[in-house]
Amino acid sequence: MKVEQISIFLENKPGGLEHVTRVLADADINIRALSLADTSDFGILRLILNNTNTAEKALQDEGFTVRRSDVVAVEIPDRPGGMHGISKVLAAENVNVEYAYAFVERSGENAIIIFRFDDIDRGIKVLLENGFTVLPGEKVYRL
Amino acid sequence: MIFNEEFETLPREALEALQLKRLQQVVRRAYHTVGFYKRSFDEVGVVPDDINTLHDIIRLPFTVKQDLRDNYPFGLFAVPMSNIVRLHASSGTTGKPTVVGYTRRDIETWSNLMARSFVAAGLTSNDVIHNAYGYGLFTGGLGAHYGAERLGASVIPMSGGGTKKQIMILQDFGPTAICCTPSYALYLAEQGEEMGVDMRSLRLRVGIFGAEPWSERMRQEIEERLGITALDIYGLSEIIGPGVAMECTEGRNGLHVFEDHFIVETINPDTGECVPPGEEGELVFTTLTKEAFPLIRYRTRDLSRLMEEPCKCGRTHVRMARVSGRSDDMLIIRGVNVFPSQIESVLLAIEGLEPHYQLIVEREGTLDTLEIQVEMSEDLFSDEIKTLQNIEKRITKDIKDYLGVTAKVKLVGSKTLERSEEKAQRVIDRRTL
Repeated sequence: MKVEQISIFLENKPGGLEHVTRVLADADINIRALSLADTSDFGILRLILNNTNTAEKALQDEGFTVRRSDVVAVEIPDRPGGMHGISKVLAAENVNVEYAYAFVERSGENAIIIFRFDDIDRGIKVLLENGFTVLPGEKVYRL
Repeated sequence: MIFNEEFETLPREALEALQLKRLQQVVRRAYHTVGFYKRSFDEVGVVPDDINTLHDIIRLPFTVKQDLRDNYPFGLFAVPMSNIVRLHASSGTTGKPTVVGYTRRDIETWSNLMARSFVAAGLTSNDVIHNAYGYGLFTGGLGAHYGAERLGASVIPMSGGGTKKQIMILQDFGPTAICCTPSYALYLAEQGEEMGVDMRSLRLRVGIFGAEPWSERMRQEIEERLGITALDIYGLSEIIGPGVAMECTEGRNGLHVFEDHFIVETINPDTGECVPPGEEGELVFTTLTKEAFPLIRYRTRDLSRLMEEPCKCGRTHVRMARVSGRSDDMLIIRGVNVFPSQIESVLLAIEGLEPHYQLIVEREGTLDTLEIQVEMSEDLFSDEIKTLQNIEKRITKDIKDYLGVTAKVKLVGSKTLERSEEKAQRVIDRRTL
């Protein structure tokens, strides 16, 4: 039920993103989801890839500082109120969201939200109990 | 005008005879009351009786900052603590500061030297002195304060910071003299101008600036913007504090070292050999009258040259040129001494930090800024921004707490800082004075 995400430290200067994406392209890695969070000095690039192990090694060999973390992918109907449905439940159950990012599925019917929870196991439990579709990693990597 | 006219204008022969007598006394006293000096003199095989001429001073071993560190905190004191009425401290090379102590008589001596300095700047008991040197363990604030009171001037104990308030006081109290670092003087000028205050119309006539190196160009700018005469004062806590040497207003060319209280030498920092007057070397001082904390041939790491030509002010004491640099890696940031190794100690005490860092010192406008670039590592990296930001804040706080300087912290990519086979280039100082 957990999805592996790779986080990469990037200095806030031109060329960081180019370098990372070049390394991934050269290693034949396909990015499934991407989020770039910033502060004034640095950024954290979060990626979900089709091959986490290969990507991690390729990036580390290039000198990037990389960390793997577990996130949760939830499928929700792609219509108004979809996001609210989930956030309502999380709030009611006091599940703390550290960050999130989202994308729509090709089919057009659903959207996928990637959540990083304070307490991932509890987060997954609450979502499943409330009937949400939590996608396993393997499914996300192959989207 | 001269505060201690008799002593400050002693003919050279009489001055040197006085120096010799006092040197013999301090060497004898240090040898017999401070274990460190007995050991270091014994090591080179010199005894107090060997000092028969001023030139014999070269037989004595140097004292360096490491010796103060090794004897932290009070190991070099020559009197019991009950005789010490004041303790001060200055930056050390690592986490521990350099500690100095004063007897009642030392405070008197120091106050007199500062009074001499104020008078050399043209001040009298009628002056009102705005003292913006930091009060506290730093010797600048209290040193200037006691000197002002000794002179009989009216001192305003402002200390540092609170710039808007400082400008209000400058307008309302109308001090005629100001003491602070030269960069702070420019900062006050800048802030005042921004506030719409005509800084030149203030009652200020004289500034006594020190605690950091500054150039002729800066002097001109300060004099222009504040409408004052700007003079250089020199000192260091180990020797006594400010008041070791002072520029006279008549000459404005070099600082008179108060030679009845200090013997000054200039040496080649690599070989330790004395260099002749006129040639640049590292300043070495021996205290002749301090009771609590005598210092024999202390290497300051400040570079300067001695000027023996007579000065038009009438003082016979030798002048030293403005300090031109350091023979070590110490930085002075907004008047505070900072050793890169101190910063390294703080960084290494924080879990997960690699010892790969770089210090960027700049002067934006008038004030110095310090940026510490710290390399990211796998151990340090967290997926959460707030964790990384907390690390930045922690470093800034620890640096402020231990060193007294405010640093901006920038996390940079792994292995992006220059590696070198020899000593890493830790400091990039982009300031041009």
